[in-house]
Amino acid sequence: MRVLIRGLGELCITAGLVLLLFVTYELWGTGRYTHEQQDKLSKEMMRSWASEGATAPGKVTTERVRLGKGLAMIRIPRFGSSYHYVVIEGVSLADLRKGPGHYPGTQLPGEVGNFVVSGHRTTYSAPFNRVGELKPGDEIDVDTRDGKYVYKVTAKQVVDPTDVQVTAPVPFHPGERPSKRMITLTTCHPMYSAAERLIVFGQLSAQYPRVTGK
Amino acid sequence: MYALIWRLLPGGWPLKTAVAAGLALVVAVILWYAVFPWVEPQIQFDHGVMNGSPATAPSSPSRHGP
Repeated sequence: MRVLIRGLGELCITAGLVLLLFVTYELWGTGRYTHEQQDKLSKEMMRSWASEGATAPGKVTTERVRLGKGLAMIRIPRFGSSYHYVVIEGVSLADLRKGPGHYPGTQLPGEVGNFVVSGHRTTYSAPFNRVGELKPGDEIDVDTRDGKYVYKVTAKQVVDPTDVQVTAPVPFHPGERPSKRMITLTTCHPMYSAAERLIVFGQLSAQYPRVTGK
Repeated sequence: MYALIWRLLPGGWPLKTAVAAGLALVVAVILWYAVFPWVEPQIQFDHGVMNGSPATAPSSPSRHGP
C-alpha cells in the first residue's frame, strides 16, 4: 500500500514537472520555429521581389503567392523599429505557425475592400501580442512587391469567434460594395484563450510606389 | 520509482547525482525537441482566426479547421 501511494505521488510530481516544461515550451520554444520560418520566408520574398521587380514590376496576386509563402511585410512603428513580420498567404494552423497570415479571398494590400490578417497573440513568437495597445491614428505599414501602404488604425473591437463578418470587404456588412481601403487584424482575446477575438481596423492613408532595382 | 533508479545508479553519491542529472536532461531534451513539437499542434489553444470561411470567399481558407 505504502509503495503504491509513494508511486502515485512520484507520478504526480513527474507529471507536474513535465507540464511545467510544456508550458515553457508553448510560450518560448514555439517562437524558435517561427523565427526560423520568418528568416527563410523573408529571404525568399526579397529575392523574388528583387528578381521580378527588375524585369517587370508585376502586381501582387494570390496566383503569384502560393499558400504558405510570403505575401507582404508588416511593420507597426508603435511596437518599435525592429518589429516586422512576413505576412504568409493562408490562415491554416500550419501557416499561422510561421507568422501572421492573410485570409485567402480577402483583398490584397492597397486594394479597395478589406486586407485581413490573422496572427498569434501568444505562442509562436506572438506577432500580434501587443495589438491591444494600438490606438486610433497608429500606423500599420505594409510593404509589398509594388509599394508601401500606410494604414491608420481607426477602431478596435472584441467580437465572438464566429463573427466572420469582420472579414467582409465592408466589415459587418457582407455583400455591400466596398469603397474604402481597409486593413483588419484579428487575433485571439483574452490572451492565452480562444474565447473571443480582438479585431483592429485600419484605413489606408498613404501609399508609395516601390523603387525598382531594390 | 525514483528510489529504485537511485539504487540502480552506479558509484557513490557524487557520481549518482551526476548520472541522475544527465538522465533528467536527456528526458527534457527528448520532450522539448521530439514530443512537444508533436503534441503542441493537437492541443493548440491560441486561435486568432475567425471560425468559418470569410463571408465573401467561397473557398474555405482552413485546411485543418480554424
